[in-house]
Amino acid sequence: MTGSTEIVGTKSGKTSLLIRRIIAYVVLIALVIISLLPFYLLLINATRERRQVGIQWYPGPELKSNWSKLFSGSTAVAYGNVFKALMNSLIISAGASVLCVYFSALTAYATHVYQFKLRKFADTFILLVMMVPTQASAIGFYRLMISWKLTDSFIPLIIPAIAAPSTYYFMKQYMASSLPLEIVEAARIDGCGEFRTFNTIVAPILKPAFAVQMIFTFVGNWNNFFMPRLIISDKAKYTIPLVLSAMNHAGPQEQDLGIFYLYMVLAILPVVIVYLLLSKYIIRGIALGSVKG
Amino acid sequence: MKRKSVSYAKWGYIFLAPFFIVYIIFSLYPLIQTFYNSFLSYVVDRGSIFQSTKIEFGGLSNYASCFSKDETLFQSFLNTIIMWILGFIPQIAVSLLLATWFTDLRLKIKAQGFFKTVIYLPNVIMASAVAFMFQAMLARTGALYGLFHAANDTTILNTVWGTRGTVAFINFLLWYGNTTILLMAAIMGIDPGLYEAAQIDGATPSQTFWKITMPLIRPILSFVLVTSMIGGLQMYDVPALLTKDTGNPIGKAYTLIMEIQQRKDSDVGKASAVCVLIFIISAVLGLFTMFFLDDTREKKKKRRKA
Repeated sequence: MTGSTEIVGTKSGKTSLLIRRIIAYVVLIALVIISLLPFYLLLINATRERRQVGIQWYPGPELKSNWSKLFSGSTAVAYGNVFKALMNSLIISAGASVLCVYFSALTAYATHVYQFKLRKFADTFILLVMMVPTQASAIGFYRLMISWKLTDSFIPLIIPAIAAPSTYYFMKQYMASSLPLEIVEAARIDGCGEFRTFNTIVAPILKPAFAVQMIFTFVGNWNNFFMPRLIISDKAKYTIPLVLSAMNHAGPQEQDLGIFYLYMVLAILPVVIVYLLLSKYIIRGIALGSVKG
Repeated sequence: MKRKSVSYAKWGYIFLAPFFIVYIIFSLYPLIQTFYNSFLSYVVDRGSIFQSTKIEFGGLSNYASCFSKDETLFQSFLNTIIMWILGFIPQIAVSLLLATWFTDLRLKIKAQGFFKTVIYLPNVIMASAVAFMFQAMLARTGALYGLFHAANDTTILNTVWGTRGTVAFINFLLWYGNTTILLMAAIMGIDPGLYEAAQIDGATPSQTFWKITMPLIRPILSFVLVTSMIGGLQMYDVPALLTKDTGNPIGKAYTLIMEIQQRKDSDVGKASAVCVLIFIISAVLGLFTMFFLDDTREKKKKRRKA
């Protein structure tokens, strides 16, 4: 490597490389600042007062009072119970991500391991519907939930996660690379039932894929605004984005920026912490899941 | 004693069942319902004492109104496309640049893990929170008002292009890291021998980029383009929270999904027509990439055979 580059690397080549390197770092640092500055300002503003003017770079003294105001009764009356909304979001995201990952793996296992007539059809069908956005059936979905009296319920937000084509696709790819069929056969010879084989032998092998996809589904549901907005109108059932939207609509009189910013921090923080802890695996997962061909 | 060979086929169907049952109940059937609803007109009957809605068969009238000048629907469609393009161009440009730099063997960018973590970070953050945050910060008393405000001493969210630009910028911020990582994976899949050969032949970095990298990552580029377009059609959280559900100024930041949400109870027919249009566009785009990707794969196979 060094030998070949030295032959090519003339003096002018070296200066141009240096210039390119400087430009690259300058652009990268600028992007880092652009990406982080808004969130830094958000953190600072969460510690500031009710009415805020202009930019401030250092934390203010109001964090504690913002915190107690945020969880007070009057805030709950105005925008929905913020603590309950955190819990609602947690229940929906956890439920949806567990169901999504488990059943996607089960579906992928069906087309990966078993030979049956409709196997090819099932696989192609799921790949075809992968590109159809949930929004395309939104109105039918909404009307149906009204007629089943399932509006203001978490069921329409959790159960549909069982049928997640893109998670299926990821699981299928993961199995193709790391689930040898011999393991399944060995389990059969030992007299292990099919369902038990999946739960006790296959699932542990899929753990890394489960982890990555669970994070993605959890984050997707935690951040989702469209579906809860469609289904939920009862303030007691609000999720975090719905509370944020209600705060967003506050008139200039009742507006309390300190608690708004603090609530945004609470909405963002859990995801950011998990992301920072697991970023290595998450970033690897993005490339794995989406690159085709 | 004769042993029957065991058939496991039934287990395949059993394991597939949950997916298909849930898909049919919560996606396929609602999709058919949406199609059906899109041909109905919901006429509010104000004559009677109890206000009621008369449902009639309206044919294609809902679709016609999607493209008529009297309705906001077509304007919303245009708005969605414009804001998507405004965000996508910088997104793809910056992502290509970053992906090329990160994979450049001579440039040897240090601290790649840190940079990748930071540029992907916005993608996991709640879009509605980011939009609300920008809305508050760009307001008259907001932290960013000093840096960004319109000429006549008003916020940029009072101007059409200021609002559209902010929506586009937030979309860019949320997605450029994701695109960079996808493109990087594609570039790293290219045979490094090609780059070494180009280097020995004295190719400049821009020549290597246009003559080697670009042609070879075309399938991924088209995948990124299509998924981003389909995502762009679904644009909702950011414009809704940035403009407090109004899509103002003068409805120039109103998107298709905002129309669906607004009309879900009052104007079911037209909302369904919008859904169907979103379905058709996504389906066409999806099939297009599928064939495009299959096509390039077949070409590769043929080359291997030759």
